[in-house]
Formats: sequence, C-alpha cells, structure tokens
Amino acid sequence: MDKRLNIFTALTFALLSGLIFGFGLILAGMANPDKVLAFLDLAGLWDPTLGLVMGGAIAVGFIAFRIAGKRSSSFLGLPINIPTSRIIDKRLVFGGIIFGMGWGLVGICPAPAFVLLGAGSIKGIVFLFAMLVGMGIFELIESQRK
Amino acid sequence: MLIDWNNFTPWTALAGGALIGIAAALFILINGRIAGITGIIGGLFRPVMHDAGWRIAFTAGLIFAPVIWLLFAALPEIKIDASYGLLAFAGLIVGFGARLGSGCTSGHGVCGISRLSPRSIIATLTFMSTGFLTVFVMRHLLGAS
Repeated sequence: MDKRLNIFTALTFALLSGLIFGFGLILAGMANPDKVLAFLDLAGLWDPTLGLVMGGAIAVGFIAFRIAGKRSSSFLGLPINIPTSRIIDKRLVFGGIIFGMGWGLVGICPAPAFVLLGAGSIKGIVFLFAMLVGMGIFELIESQRK
Repeated sequence: MLIDWNNFTPWTALAGGALIGIAAALFILINGRIAGITGIIGGLFRPVMHDAGWRIAFTAGLIFAPVIWLLFAALPEIKIDASYGLLAFAGLIVGFGARLGSGCTSGHGVCGISRLSPRSIIATLTFMSTGFLTVFVMRHLLGAS
C-alpha cells in the first residue's frame, strides 16, 4: 500500500477507535461520574453497572487480544505493541493506590475526562486540566531521576 | 448489599461495554496499539514526538464522541457533585497515579485484563479496592454526600 495512504488510514482508524470508545462510555453511563461513584459505593445503594461495562468490554477484548497475539503485525502491517513487562513492583501498586484514591474522590478516570471535555462540562474540564498537570509532574520527576 | 435496581442499567452497560471492547479490538488489530488513555496521553509529554499523530487522533475521537452523539440524541445525565477544589486535587492525583502505575481503567482494566496480564490484574484490583475504600471513607465515615 502507498505509504501516505497507509498513514492516513491508520490515523482514520485511530480516530474511529476513540469515537467508538467514547460512544461506549456515553451509552454505558460511564461519562456520568455520579454513576461511577454509585458503583464504588458498596455500602450504599449499589449500582453494579460499571462491573457489567467492564465485563462486556473484556469479553470482546479477550477475543481481539487472542487474535492479536497470534499475528506478527496489524491488519495495516503496523507492528503490534503489546506490553511485555511482568514485573509487579511498588510503582505499579502505589500508582494504583494514588489513582484509585482520586477516582474514588470524584468518580472520573482519564478516558471519561476527555468525553466530559467534549460534552462541555466545566467541572470535567477542571478535572482534566488538573489531570494533565499531574501527568506533567510525573514526567518532570521521571526526567530528573535519569 | 443493597442493589439500586432503579438506576442499574444492565443492557446499556453490556452494549456500551461491547463498544469499548470493539474500540480496543480495532485499535490493537489495525493500529497495533493498546487503547489505554494514560499511556496514549503520557506519550505526548515526551520531548520527541515522532508518534503524536495516532495519539492525538484517538484522543480527538474521545472528545468528539459526545459532540457527534448530540447531533442524534440528548446526552445521558452528567452529574458531578464534587467541588472545584476537590476536582482539581483528584485530577492531580489521578494523572500522577495513573502514570506511576502505567495505566488506568482502560489500559489495565479493559485491555490488560483482556490479555490476562498479571500486572494489569494486580493494578486493577489495587485501584478498584482503593476506589471502594475511598468512597466508603468519604460517604460513610466522613459523611460527605
């Protein structure tokens, strides 16, 4: 395939993947932080929705990653980038704890934060901006460690 | 445990979840990439951006999804009770923590568990139990709404 056409196709599919991902979040109610918190509130009136969303996504994803694992390159001939690390370290666990705290405080995680931006939610945009600053701080600390 | 049957939406949950799975499937099978938002955005902070295109395209898709949705139907309710201060603090630690732990709900929770990665399973169990605990402390111990 012509190289430029290939890059265009890849970008189009990346955009399409993001769109479908966003539609899925909206349809499932996961762009609503209140509904996410209702899942995390086990001791209150519990809304199991988020669990089913993940179940549905993993059911499809499981098949896709089985296929991807058997291929040496993608359908567009691009390399398939699957993480290979199997190390379970403090960074993984502490990162999960810090992320989980923030997620539990307001019910927003990174993907829905971008959907909230598109939906024009001012509170969502405040969260998104702070999240990008948080990622920037991480990047800064990382670059000084090296 | 009391289930909130009035607000539990199993069918749209499964259908929405399947769409998220299809998006992750397309992304790995066509672009050869993991649909993990933390990693996708994290890569944009690097000084050398040779692969910014697909990262920006995927993120643009997420941002445009509600815009296109609005052309055909009203968006489902979006309710955020948290104050601006709390949102800013939570955003800060979500961004930092997700990068430190190499992933969030999409990368570890959906893609990682789909490929049965032990790292992602541990990460997901960690942030989910911390999320449960945080909400318990906030709502039932500190009495916030």
